[in-house]
Amino acid sequence: MAEDKKYTKIQELTYELKVGNVMTKKVVTVSPKKTIYKLRNILHTKRISGTPVVDKGKLVGIISTEDFMKCLAKGETNIPVEERMTKKVETLYADEPLVHAVRKFDQYGFGRFPVIERGKGKLVGIITKGDIIKGLLKKLEIDYHKEEIHRYRASHIFEDIVADRTTLTFHYNVVGEDFNRAGESASGLKRTLFRLGIQPDSVRRAAIAAYEAEMNIVVFTEGGKLTVSVETHRIKIEASDSGPGIPDIEQAMQPGFSTAPERIRELGFGAGMGLLNIKNCADKMNLTSKVGKGTHLEAIIYLNQR
Amino acid sequence: MITLKEIIQKLNLEVMSASGDFDREIRGGYVSDLLSDVIANSKEGNIWITLQTHPNIVAVATLKELAGIIIVNKRKPEDETLKKAEEENIPVMVTELSAFEIVGGLYELGIGRATENAKEV
Repeated sequence: MAEDKKYTKIQELTYELKVGNVMTKKVVTVSPKKTIYKLRNILHTKRISGTPVVDKGKLVGIISTEDFMKCLAKGETNIPVEERMTKKVETLYADEPLVHAVRKFDQYGFGRFPVIERGKGKLVGIITKGDIIKGLLKKLEIDYHKEEIHRYRASHIFEDIVADRTTLTFHYNVVGEDFNRAGESASGLKRTLFRLGIQPDSVRRAAIAAYEAEMNIVVFTEGGKLTVSVETHRIKIEASDSGPGIPDIEQAMQPGFSTAPERIRELGFGAGMGLLNIKNCADKMNLTSKVGKGTHLEAIIYLNQR
Repeated sequence: MITLKEIIQKLNLEVMSASGDFDREIRGGYVSDLLSDVIANSKEGNIWITLQTHPNIVAVATLKELAGIIIVNKRKPEDETLKKAEEENIPVMVTELSAFEIVGGLYELGIGRATENAKEV
């Protein structure tokens, strides 16, 4: 089984999804005093093959078509459900991973398990194999859709280009003090890197580094450039501007140190954490600056090669 | 186990931007008005509580793949913020409660107590 990639994905999903995500929430129940004859109507009209028996909100048993058939064979249609139901009910908790449900179906061979709330014992749903299949399909569809959007196939570009060394370079112009457009370069970069098929963790780190570098240009300068170059083994982010420059880089790197004006801080920028965020995201960071001339930042993120 | 949709109903939030995944399960959140702090410390799938209303909050939420933004104290997000939120599929909600009160409400719904990592079993 394990050699099939699809199976692995589904296995992963059964750990990710909870019983509560896929169960049917509207449960048809029957009271213990109802007769087997009335049970027949319920099973028939609701088109179900079994139902939990609930007394004053509490789960007291479960009864299935099979139990009903046995009663029918013996002509016991007028006795109450409680006399023929299964009293020791196997249940699942809503917050258990779906894989527990899968195992329980294998183990017991039952058609359904009531789902109860942990601690309170309250019946919150019911789960059948059909629910599991539907839940998995829905999740697969969502994931597939997301994947389609994120990286509609540019990932093979490195394999398609025949060269000893390939570098893709993206240029973004960053306008100073334009807070409405601030962050757009980083968003654009993030999307682009996803499309290139780069590992999500590396994409996120690159996007954060680029965002903070972009914001520094927006907040402190009249504008600058963001240049990102991608090779199979690394992403290099360069941010450069032509002023005003950083007088003391060591001080600028201190958490909480900021020279941002009050009106900008009120917007939540200039918290004195930007450079630190870049440093934490990058595998290598280099910052050089000359007062009055400008600042150059370089951040490198290494990629795991396949 | 609670979805964004249920949070909106139970805490009476006003939805300002309705594009995005409202069936997403919310396991944790982050409160801050400092953008770099949110970038450093929030986690993917968190609900973000802030008083900031400008468009850059959408950029931050997109960057960190947050589940949505709750703006407190009945502050109105700027039009440009909502436009961006629609484009980026980031749900934006407004509450008249303060950050303290809304976080209390979220905790009462059980958010923040459960594990944050979906793959943890």
